[in-house]
Order: sequence, then structure tokens, then C-alpha cells
Amino acid sequence: MPSRTTYRGPGPAALSLHVNGQPLEAVVPPHRTLLDLLRDTAGLTGTKKVCDEGTCGACTVIVDGRAVYSCMTLAHTCEGKSIETIESLSASGELHPVQRAFIDEDALQCGFCTPGQVMSVVALLRAKPRPTEDDVRRAVSGNLCRCGSYTGIVAAGVAATRRAPGRTAPKGDTER
Amino acid sequence: MSPRVVRTRVEFEGEINDELSIIDGRDLPAWRGALDVVGARTPRVDGVARVTGRARYTQDVVLPGMLHARFLRSPYARARVLKVDASRALAIPGVHDVIHRTNAPKAAFRGEETIFRDEVRFAGDEVAAVAAVSDEALRDALRALVVEYEVLPHVADLEEALRDDAPRLEEKGNVSDSGKQDRGDVRKALAQCEHVLEATYRTSTQLHNCLESHSAVAHWDGDRLTVWESTQHVFGVREGLRAALRLPLSRIRVLCEHMGGGFGSKGGVGKYTIAASILAMRTGRPVRFVLDREEENLAAGNRSATLQKVRIGLRRGRIHAILHSSWSNAGQGRWVADPTGPTNSLYDLPDLKTRSYRVVTNAGSLSAFRAPGYVEGTFALESAIEELADRAGIDPLQLRLRHLAKKDPLSGYAYSDKRLRECYEIGAREIGWKARKRGGAPGSTPDRRRGIGMASQIWGGGGGPPAYATVHLNPDGTVVARCGSQDIGTGTRTVLAQICAQELGVDVDAVRVELGDTDSPYGPTSAGSLTVASVGPAMRAAAADARAQLLGTAAGILEVTAKELRVERGHIVSKGTRTPIKEIFDQLQNYTVIGKGSRFPNPERIAIKTFGAQFAQVEVDLGTGEIFVEHIVAVHDIGRVVNPLTAASQVQGGIVQALGFALTEERVVDRGTGRVLNADLEAYKVPTVRDVPRITVRFLDTPDRRANSTGAKGLGEPPMIPTAAAVANAVANATGVPMRATPMTPARVLAALGAR
Repeated sequence: MPSRTTYRGPGPAALSLHVNGQPLEAVVPPHRTLLDLLRDTAGLTGTKKVCDEGTCGACTVIVDGRAVYSCMTLAHTCEGKSIETIESLSASGELHPVQRAFIDEDALQCGFCTPGQVMSVVALLRAKPRPTEDDVRRAVSGNLCRCGSYTGIVAAGVAATRRAPGRTAPKGDTER
Repeated sequence: MSPRVVRTRVEFEGEINDELSIIDGRDLPAWRGALDVVGARTPRVDGVARVTGRARYTQDVVLPGMLHARFLRSPYARARVLKVDASRALAIPGVHDVIHRTNAPKAAFRGEETIFRDEVRFAGDEVAAVAAVSDEALRDALRALVVEYEVLPHVADLEEALRDDAPRLEEKGNVSDSGKQDRGDVRKALAQCEHVLEATYRTSTQLHNCLESHSAVAHWDGDRLTVWESTQHVFGVREGLRAALRLPLSRIRVLCEHMGGGFGSKGGVGKYTIAASILAMRTGRPVRFVLDREEENLAAGNRSATLQKVRIGLRRGRIHAILHSSWSNAGQGRWVADPTGPTNSLYDLPDLKTRSYRVVTNAGSLSAFRAPGYVEGTFALESAIEELADRAGIDPLQLRLRHLAKKDPLSGYAYSDKRLRECYEIGAREIGWKARKRGGAPGSTPDRRRGIGMASQIWGGGGGPPAYATVHLNPDGTVVARCGSQDIGTGTRTVLAQICAQELGVDVDAVRVELGDTDSPYGPTSAGSLTVASVGPAMRAAAADARAQLLGTAAGILEVTAKELRVERGHIVSKGTRTPIKEIFDQLQNYTVIGKGSRFPNPERIAIKTFGAQFAQVEVDLGTGEIFVEHIVAVHDIGRVVNPLTAASQVQGGIVQALGFALTEERVVDRGTGRVLNADLEAYKVPTVRDVPRITVRFLDTPDRRANSTGAKGLGEPPMIPTAAAVANAVANATGVPMRATPMTPARVLAALGAR
């Protein structure tokens, strides 16, 4: 919730926020979404545009610790806020445990929803480091996967905190 | 050996075609014995790119000076375009170009001479395309275009289009023949039956909703056109652009490194591809053309709604005759995904008559959608068989076993391999089929009933030529393997890396697979469940060729005969000594090894098919009509499983998509206007994580050594085929009422229960 009322526009106005730990200054119109700011202004194309109307979750990013649909978030409402995108997770060169778990559990097929799914799970794990399957289901219930990799996504969400980075999945039954 | 031309039978989406194919050399014998790379659970080789957001999809391609483009689409289901006035649109700052029917260059597209018709034929048909510097300018320009239409009478609904008083959309009428089979004398046979079931089945239009919408980025540098496209077939797009733009193939390059789902809808060039290319050539700037979600659901293909009538008769405990007629809403499409395919080919049925009709309407064209026709047809066939068996007091699985075809009913050829009986046995055990009772079982609350049902699956998946690959060995022992195929999310890149690594004798990590580029050797469309069985053998042959070249060279350097050498995990092994490949190259400087491989023809007079069976357990709330799918058991026979990890994902995904078809997905069109009312992901219900039941996946994993040199067949489509029928049969078992329409929404379930 904004703590004070600010008026901007009608034309482009200056905006200042942090994206993946770096300051970002931009002059954008009031209707610019956070998604378009990230993709077009910041050049961070890992966040995907699918429906652009808040119905699929592919554009999920983390704003001040919370997973949000960036297509439904106006850029100017993020003044001074800290945004994390999929690109931030492996900035050190190491995969984030959630990313590792997605690969090991084969929690993706075409991969187009994957950045959004991963960000939803990352936000969950920060709030609840040892989630149940149902916690993961709730966390990604707003993230569509048309390839139907949901079983793997839930498994990855549960396995992520138990998994040391780099470890490959055990062999086993194909039922996951 | 010089190349030679052979004729071979290739099955593609239920159609069998004779194809000429050029082959070079001799095919490899099928793999024998244990393999260590092929068959191992292998994480996706492009997994890191996809989980980090680094994978670049078409919508992520940004080029300097790039313009954005969109279509103006018809709001009318049928109208004559009298006039397009672009003057106000062109006056908007940032708008670079507008093309429409009077100023666009001729561009052949699907049998027509232009991408902008004089008569628009569905709500969403393309009227004009605009290119502008920003999305804002683009939207302003679309609003500023003035179009005069003469609205014509339309019909968008399948069953309305069948009526005599419906507007006649084509000269010969709205209905045309598109397939028939006759075996024996059905009329006579039906008259002899003790039980005859007559039933009408309806399936709704399903929308693909690939998360990455159809999109293209076109770049014309004055000499060559480069197009990034989200496609299942880069070579198909290149051919479509050649036909539309009349450019030589050497001046067109199509690229698709990663793509976000196709499911059949991205089989070739789109109007947006052609428009992007024309606009790029006219403006001299790169053009990005990305359909939005609504357009995706209006004009990017769908699975046809069907009306199917089945008459099936039983005599002395056997299916004695079947009559299956189907009408498909093709929209403006020129073909039909034939729902009678499974009826014609799944069982040994002596007396059979099937008819398939295409119905043209003022709706968006169909396109292939994961097992086109077979999903719809299996729903009708397998529902009818189970209902008939129950009526006669025969176990439905036993009835199916009585008609297990020993040879392909269509060609009369023997199967390369068939393990459907084992699929039945495993599935029946996993679901507890023995406990199935007519009339189902009590559910978890007094309002609920529980039931189980099953359905069988047949599909092609044998693949065939042409498909080619090259394997380039680098001086450090790493490998670049190339083929102009695509990875549409199925795991092609990983499977090809495994096949290459296995044959060459290196680790999977050493192989980089480059796909999706028409400057590579030809790869077929990523459709029809044909990739692994088509490109896999070509890749294996290329790796074998590279290995032979490497060993010949290594033999010279190590001063032994090539026969004494083998390649193992990146080393040349000879009687106890292991020399890294790199060391051989170090002595030869920039010596280059390029292995070349092609897909050899399919064996003659052999039918190559995939089989499977799925079993469903459901609970049904008799008060609300809700169906709760509790468990799906899927057992599929696809020959050798190259990667159990990605194969299981494909089965899971096929079932989830099929559950959408079975339970929730339905395009709704307003009959009065012909407009789609749910062209979005809010009102059109694709399954979410909450809709996924427990799914048990089993493979027989027995190499089909007669099919091709890898023993592997396709898997993309099979898992989608039987799910809806299995669920419908489980619901019928639970409630005692047949379910004859998809999606089986609570409203339809309640209506069926009420009609009892």
C-alpha cells in the first residue's frame, strides 16, 4: 500500500527503483507496466509476457519480497521499491536451489512459464523455508503451465530446500 | 557409396504418405545390448538456459531500430471489405507503414494469392497490418484505420452450418467428404446383433493457448531475409516465405532456438510472418510481430468441435459391426483432423463403415492439435465400446482383448512391434480393475460415487525420412551436433545429445545440440510424434560417421588398426591404453571431423504404431455434478525410451492437456455475432496445478528394432489420446449414466444425470 499520495503524468515522468540490486532510473508514462519496464527499458527478457492481463502468472517477479504479476503492476507504483527478476537468482554464477530443483525434477517443458513459476516458489521459500506440497500448490496456483509440468513443479518446490546445489536427482520410479 | 532414391511410407497425423527419399550409405543395425547414455534419466541439456531466463524466445529478440506490428482484425464473422482508409493512421507520429488488400504485394498463402481477403470470413480475420515504433503508436493507428464493411450472413456453429437454411459458404455447400472406410457389410451385420448401441457424441472446440503466442521477427538487410519465428518447423516457414515472397531459398533464413509451446498450431508460416517480412522489406527496419492473447485465441488455430454418431453392435460376445460418422467444424480450414482414425485402425473389426465430413463455418481455422482427430474420435469410440460391454454384461477390458488386432487393419501389414496387451495388464493392475463393478462404488461422502474406466490408444509415431544431421568434432573433444529440427519443449535437444553421445562415445555434457536454423541440415516438423524416430536415427548415423573418421585418424597416429580402437567417454581406447580425443587432435592441428547422417527408409510392408492404455479413477458429486479425477494410470508402448525423465514429463503433460479437453476447455462463440466470447485465459479454462490428479506413468521400454536404428518411437501425442474417454468411462461407471459430450462440466453432468 502506498504510504502517501503522489501525482504523476499525464506525460512521461521520472521513476527510480532498484532492479536486481542495481538502481534503475527511467522516464516512462504513467500507464507503463512493470513488465514492460523490465523487458523493454531494463532489457531483462527472462520475465515473459503471455496474457498481459493478470491471468497466467508468466510475468511473476518479486517486489519487496512479495511475488506479484508484473503485467498488473504499474511501473510508477514501484518507486523506491526493490524488484527481483529471474536474472537475479543466478547472478553469482551458481544456480539457485529452486532452479536446480526445477532441472532435476524436470519441472519444465517449453520453459516459457518457468521464470514465473520459479519466482513464485522462491517467494514462498522465503516465507516458509520447508513448505508442504500443498503450500507449493498454493504458491503456483496462479502460474499456468500449458505443457502440464505441474507434478514436477510441486516436486521441485518441495525438494528445493533439501537439495544441495549441483546434486543430480536420484534414479527412481517415473511416478513423481 | 553414392546417394540413391528410395520410396518409403511415412505416417503423419493419421495419414499415410508415400515419400521419395534420398539416402546415402547404409543404415546402422539396431542397437543391441545395454546402453549407458541412451535410456538414462538425463536432465535437460537446455535446462539451465530455461530456468535462468537466458533462453531467448522470439518475443525476446530485440534489434536496433525495430518496429512493432499488429493486425487490424474483422469484428464481423463475414463481411465484404469495401474500403480501407489508412490516411489518418499514417499521420500518427511513429507509424511507419500500413498494408491492406489494395496496397499489399501479392503473397501466396494457403492456396490464396493474398493475406488480406476481399471477403473476411471470421471474426478475427486479418484486414490490415500496421508497423510503428511503439505499441502505443500501434494501438492509436489501429483505432484510426477506417474500414467500410458490407456485413454478410454468417454461420459459426457446427450444427447450425449443417442445416438446409444455413448460409452457404462454399459453392458446393458447407459439408464436404473428407474420409471413408468400408469393411464387410455393416447394415447386414448390425441386423444380426443381439445388442446395438446408438449414441451421439459431441466434443467442443479446444484452443491451444501455447503460452508463447504465435510470433515472428523479420529482418531484411537488403539481400537476405532473416526471420526468428516461434515455430515447429523452421524449414516449413522458409518454404512458406519462399512461396509468398518469391525469394530464392538461399536468401531466407529462419531461426527458432527456443519456443514456448506449439502443440500442433505452429506448423508453418503464418500471415503474421508474411506481414512482418513485407513490412520489414518496405520500411527497411526490423519488424516484430507478436500476437496478443486474444488474437491467439481467434486466429491461431484450434481443435475442431465434432459431432459424432456411432452405431455399434454386439453378437455372441464380440463387436459384430460399427458405424461411425463424424462432422468436424473446420472453420475456414481446408482439411479435417479425421476422428474416425482410431475406429479404422485400433481393433480387429470385420464389419465397419466410417465417414468423416468437413464442415466449413465462419470461425477461425482448425490447426493440428496434439493427436488431431484421435483425441476426439477415441472419446466416441472408447466410450461406446465400454457402454456396450457394460450393457451386455461383458468386462470392457475383455471385450477389447477379443478384438486385439494382430496386424494393421488398414494395410494388412504386420506390426513392427505391438505390446498393447501388456499395457492393458499393467494398467489394470495399477488401477485395480478387478474390483470394478457395474454401477460403480460408494464415494467418500453420501453424495458422491466412485468409478473407474479405461481407454486404449493407437497412433503413428514411427517417423521416417527425410531428416539429416551433422556432427562436428572440435579439437578439444567436444561436439557440436546440428539438425534443422526444433525443441518445442519435448526434450528433443536432450534426446539428440544422448543419442549422439551414445554412438560417438563421449559424455552428454560434451555435446552441444544446435537446432532451429534453416542453415543446418534439414529437419522435419516437430509434430506427429515423429521427431525422435526421424531425427534420432539421422543423428546416430552422423555420430557413427564422425566416430569412424576419428578412429581412422587415431589409428594412423597410434599406429594400430582402426578395428582395435573404440571411443569411450571421450577417450580413444586401445588394448588398455586410453588417449583423450584432444591428444589425437593436438597432433593434427586444425583437422576437422564432420560426420553426416540421414534417416533411412522405413521397412517395407510393416506397420509402425505406438500403443497404450489409460485408466482413470474418479469421484462424482451427484449433487453438484463435479468430477474429481483421483488417479490416472498411463501405460504406453513407444519402443525404447531414450530419456525416462523427459518422457514421463510428456506423458504427464499430455494427460493434463487432455483433462482440460475432458473437463473444462471449450471455446464459446456467440451465434448471433460469430464472436469468440472467451478468447482469454480467464474465461477459457486451462488446467492449473490444482486440477492435476495423481498420475502414474509406465513405459514398456522395449526397443522396436524393426522400426528404426534407435528402436525408439514417438511420444508427443499418444498420452493425450485416451484420457478423456477413460475419464468419461469412469464417470459413467460411477453414476450409471454415459457422458457423451466434452467438456464434462458440472452443468453437463447434472443434465446427463437429470435425463436418466
